Amino acid sequence: MSPTLAVIVRLVAVLGLMLTNGVVMIYLLRKVLGHLHIRLGPMHVGWHGLLQTVNDVLKLLTKEDLTPRAVDKVLFFLAPVVVFVPSLMAYLALPFSEALRATRLETGMLFTFAVLAIVPIGILMAGWASANKWSLLGGMRAAAMQIAYEVPLLLSVLPIVMIAGTMELGAVVDAQAGTWFGLVPRWFITDPLLWPTFLIFLISSLIEVNQTPFDMSEGESEIVAGFASEYSAMKFALMFLSEFSNTFVVSAMGVTLFFGGWLLPWAPDSWYEAVPALAPIVFLTKAYVGVVLLWWIRGTFPRVRIDQMMSLGWKRLIPAALAMILITGVVQKLLAPVLYRAVG
Amino acid sequence: MSDPRTTVTTPGLLAEGTHDPGTPPAGIKRAPTGVDHLATEHLVINMGPQHPSTHGVLRLLIEVDGEEVVTVEVSVGYLHRGIEKLAEHRRFNAIGTLMDRGDYVSGIHGETAVALAVERLMEIEVPRKAQWLRSLAAELNRIASHLVWFGTFGLDTGGMGQFLYAMRDREAILDILEAITGQRMMFNYARPGGVVADLPVGIDEKIRAFCDTFDTYLDEHHALLGGNEIFQGRVKGIGIIDAEKAFAFGLTGANLRGAGVDFDVRKKRPYDAYPELDWEVPLGSAGDAWDRYMVRMGEMRQSARMIRQLIDGIPEGEHTAKVPKVLRPPAGEIYACVESSRGETGIHLVTDGGDTPYRMHYRAPSIFALQAVEDIVPGHLIADTVMMVGSTDVMLGETDR
Repeated sequence: MSPTLAVIVRLVAVLGLMLTNGVVMIYLLRKVLGHLHIRLGPMHVGWHGLLQTVNDVLKLLTKEDLTPRAVDKVLFFLAPVVVFVPSLMAYLALPFSEALRATRLETGMLFTFAVLAIVPIGILMAGWASANKWSLLGGMRAAAMQIAYEVPLLLSVLPIVMIAGTMELGAVVDAQAGTWFGLVPRWFITDPLLWPTFLIFLISSLIEVNQTPFDMSEGESEIVAGFASEYSAMKFALMFLSEFSNTFVVSAMGVTLFFGGWLLPWAPDSWYEAVPALAPIVFLTKAYVGVVLLWWIRGTFPRVRIDQMMSLGWKRLIPAALAMILITGVVQKLLAPVLYRAVG
Repeated sequence: MSDPRTTVTTPGLLAEGTHDPGTPPAGIKRAPTGVDHLATEHLVINMGPQHPSTHGVLRLLIEVDGEEVVTVEVSVGYLHRGIEKLAEHRRFNAIGTLMDRGDYVSGIHGETAVALAVERLMEIEVPRKAQWLRSLAAELNRIASHLVWFGTFGLDTGGMGQFLYAMRDREAILDILEAITGQRMMFNYARPGGVVADLPVGIDEKIRAFCDTFDTYLDEHHALLGGNEIFQGRVKGIGIIDAEKAFAFGLTGANLRGAGVDFDVRKKRPYDAYPELDWEVPLGSAGDAWDRYMVRMGEMRQSARMIRQLIDGIPEGEHTAKVPKVLRPPAGEIYACVESSRGETGIHLVTDGGDTPYRMHYRAPSIFALQAVEDIVPGHLIADTVMMVGSTDVMLGETDR
């Protein structure tokens, strides 16, 4: 296979993954939220509503693509693209297994968070271009939030980089192989030093994916639908899909950074060699469990107010993330050599 | 103006009609420009009548400075059906159907107010059983109404779960009310003289079963929403209506009791079975949204307590007094009020001896609450605006009539 063809195949695979994933996740969301809310979710199209999402996709595809007269046409058209493409790019560095990934990036961690940081720019564009006051408010909220959470999100993963010594996502997973005392898997989540870091990461990623405690940019009870108010048909679908896709990516990043990626606890290396599909299956399962946990929060919690979120980001998360970097550094340099020798 | 039947119109809040967003209508204050170089341009936003969380067709015209609301103007009347005028052409038995469509989430209370007014005018002796049945239906309906408020107040904060859990319990009540009255929302149950029908056989079992589970469910509801720190952070300290302000705006119900004022029509101007029941009036202290929340949660518990006493002690007797088919109260004037789910719902009837009222006024507590909203919102954020409208539990059906 020529290198160009290989790249194209990989990109198509990523696109296929993202779209299928989106369809599966929409169905899953409706079912999970439904059962959380003592109702059934979709039940009528197909067995237990399995084909409902397919139906909805067809509906969105065939719907009239409406462009209000007053909008900034160029930006209005461009915004869904700017929202969608980074979401797609975020899949590139995800390590589904040692071998199975679109590309191997030495700066995979940075790359993923960097492309996700482009999404709010698209949201801001959408809010501005829509010529709708609710959209404008939503766009502005997205912009304000981005600065408040993107910094702690990136700072919160730095301790991982310090411990693993790399930003390459596969290597981060490798660094979590083995067990403590031959018993507890050596995933970063089992390291008490990283628990505060994980909490910061969790909160920041909830904000990143616009989930309920922090869904201010489209908070429907306040600003109707925020930046998405004027969008319909496929443009809306692209934004919607991007949001779902980001949820998955963030969950996958959490799995990679804290929950041992594709690693099964206590499984010897020979298993992965014997069954090549094992690693991706483990990875996807973990990622979906993470997604469902995020949705559990989404289905239960009320929304915080924008000023509360700002003060949380600036006054709590950023100092806490900085403190954790310092503590991790001290522990790594002074205590770890002693400790790790003792633990084996 | 000589004929009292003429409807007197006053200029509306936004009488001048349409306006472009750049020039605010009269009544909206603008920050002086050019004084402060950091001052940003204000945005006038039309919140409603189609908005996810204005609880019906309420329109708020808000002027915002960024996220902060500078002024708010409440515009009502989008659900006006002329209930008071229509009542002038209904026989006294039929006014209840209109009242159901006033406060459509708790219809029994409005019906009872009409029934009380007519009974007092005609000096009808209502059988004790009929009074107990009315109170039973009223308390069931109060819980149902408060559950709707609880669920939608949670929706205003962005939470989704509590709404459907509240609806589950409301559904149980509506089933009971359907069995008692024959209708789920538009009951037409309380009539002058008593109620329309006796309790169906076996319904007491159902009501007891509901009461047994409801206390646990109420704890669950409170834990799900009120126990959440995010929710507490959202409602505590916002939308403060202290006792003085509450009196000034004529607030009643939980909005008044949230400020610590012990006024409940059921206690102060007793009617139906309430003097015979053992219950307390939950009170708040500061008068913020949290106090109003806690008062309503407490009221649901008290209502469940009353329902237990009511179902255990239903007296023997007739479910309605002997009243003529066509009611012709003597010429006169009367005001009768009940404690509805939202406050003091009153009916002012003027009769001329005929079979329809000469004039009827419907005192709906929500319109007073909306005036208070206009006062408390400025200075808060957009997100708090919907919370404050939610916390006062306004019902646009009775506001607009």
